[in-house]
Amino acid sequence: MIAVAAGTNRIDPYLIPALDGVAYGLLVFVAASGLVVCFGVANILNLAHGLLYAIGGYTAAALLDGGWASLALALAVGVLAAAAAGVLLAGLLTPVATGNHLSQALLTFGVALAGGSLLVAGFGPDNPQVQVPSALEGSVMIAGHRYAAYRLVFIVVAAVLAAALYLVVRRTRAGMLVRAAVDDPEMVACLGVSPARIRAGVLAAAGALAGAAGVLGAPIIGPGTGTADTVLLLSLVVVVLGGLGSMAGTLLAALAIGEIQTLGVALLPSAAPFLLFAAMAAVLAVRARGLAGRWRTA
Amino acid sequence: MRGEVIRRVRGGIAALVLVGLVVAPWVVDDYTTSILARTLALALVGVSVALLTGVAGMPTLGQTAPYAAGAYACAVVGSRVSDVGVVQLVVAAAAGALLAALTVPLVVHARGVIVLMITLAIGELVVIVLGRWRSVTGGTDGLAGIPAVRPFWGLPALADDQARYLYALAVVATLVGAVLVLLRTRAGLVLRAGRDDETRLRASGHRVALHLSGAHIAAGAIAGAAGSLLVVAQQYISPADFGFDTSALLLLGVVIGGTASVGGALVGAALVIAVRDWLFGVLPGHAPLVLGALFVATVYLLPTGVNRARGRLRPPGVPALQANPPAAPDQATVAELRR
Repeated sequence: MIAVAAGTNRIDPYLIPALDGVAYGLLVFVAASGLVVCFGVANILNLAHGLLYAIGGYTAAALLDGGWASLALALAVGVLAAAAAGVLLAGLLTPVATGNHLSQALLTFGVALAGGSLLVAGFGPDNPQVQVPSALEGSVMIAGHRYAAYRLVFIVVAAVLAAALYLVVRRTRAGMLVRAAVDDPEMVACLGVSPARIRAGVLAAAGALAGAAGVLGAPIIGPGTGTADTVLLLSLVVVVLGGLGSMAGTLLAALAIGEIQTLGVALLPSAAPFLLFAAMAAVLAVRARGLAGRWRTA
Repeated sequence: MRGEVIRRVRGGIAALVLVGLVVAPWVVDDYTTSILARTLALALVGVSVALLTGVAGMPTLGQTAPYAAGAYACAVVGSRVSDVGVVQLVVAAAAGALLAALTVPLVVHARGVIVLMITLAIGELVVIVLGRWRSVTGGTDGLAGIPAVRPFWGLPALADDQARYLYALAVVATLVGAVLVLLRTRAGLVLRAGRDDETRLRASGHRVALHLSGAHIAAGAIAGAAGSLLVVAQQYISPADFGFDTSALLLLGVVIGGTASVGGALVGAALVIAVRDWLFGVLPGHAPLVLGALFVATVYLLPTGVNRARGRLRPPGVPALQANPPAAPDQATVAELRR
């Protein structure tokens, strides 16, 4: 009896961080999936991806007033604005579409720099407060602990979003085209689908995903001057860990990152700065050879 | 004949620039001299970026990682162990090389844009570690009050900006000279051959992964040494010195300079950093916006990019959709190697 009680006690303090990790991981997944699509299909390292998330976050901060209607409005506006930013980015990339990846990456970095500056000019340099719908402001009891209701709902919503994403990529014609463009872009071009249109569509989709993540995740990773960098870094680590292009791998990697950032920090506070680094090094070192083949063809 | 003339002209320009750099501290004021010293450190990092990006064919956005490792190692050694410049330089280079060696397994099997992604993640993770490992790095406040360096045992400490600048210039000139000599040896030839036609080099019995690891570690050591120069130049460091924007600026500078050219990297990196410092001086608040616009404009104005590294333009009409452009294998390099 005593052993059992001690056992639950040992797990007990880590339940809430673990749940937080799931919320964080799903948020990073939705944000990173945009980067995966962008990288896998258009073969562009989009350094402005964090900016697309920040657009969603600032929209949420500006529009949310505690009601459900404002959440729906913020979601619509945030998704549209970030998707429009993605299309704009695709337009800017068109002149260098046949160029090398270095200049494309540098161009997206320039856009990220300028866009971040515009966001700060528009919304001020302070981190704005985000108001969640008042119905979700309270907390619920889970196994004897209080837990923020918004995060619990967010976990459900993000899980639904992830499932929908999976179905779209697997089952719809657009998803098939996207997967085909990953495997053989020339063949898809031969089918009569313009590569420029695919690029614009992909960047718009990446923007929409990042914008949705930005609005819904604003209470978790809030808008601010460092948001774009944080989200870009987390997404990059997830994409690298997830093995580039595989949705299931991306989801697993995102959940692992979420747990490392919350549960890992609670378990090993002294090693906290190195955990993310160590995780990436470990996975890459183990899988390097297996991934190498895929990377060369990627 | 024409090549000979170009080489002479280039040598003349390089000598003129060097003379200009030596007399610069007596012409400009102290503040500009200290800015110049910091620019020299960053230009040296630019050389390490060019070594990886242009010569070895591994485009990198993460050379700030060994740069930061070198700078922090130098700062810790400088304030606790020794104020001798040579010691600090060696420690900083060793720290940079060690970090690069640790990250070799992550990058050596990847190519093209994937290396960009992985190195960017490494660089950013290092900045996060610097910000959180308070006991050693001082967190986001950084390390300040690092004592003045003396170049060698028995020499006086470098008390003013001019002396520090000349010390940085001497170190940069020595290291750049060493890199130029090294690139003329067989090692440099093998690296370039691997960049141009990896399969062929592998088939002829060369261990490409080994060469790339060596280049990565050497570039890490150079960036680490540059970190030590940064400490000498500004006498305090913080994680903000090693951010992602610094990597991107250096990469842009290296691309402007022609990617594979060491001299070009020095000039390009110095130019880009100077433009940034100037913009932040004249346009406080809007500098990132203008800088971002300049990035976009520069990319549009640089149609050749990496291809210039090979000394020839991409033939018109050859698409470059693959991550690993197979265009223009420089068979001359491979053939030369076989002799």
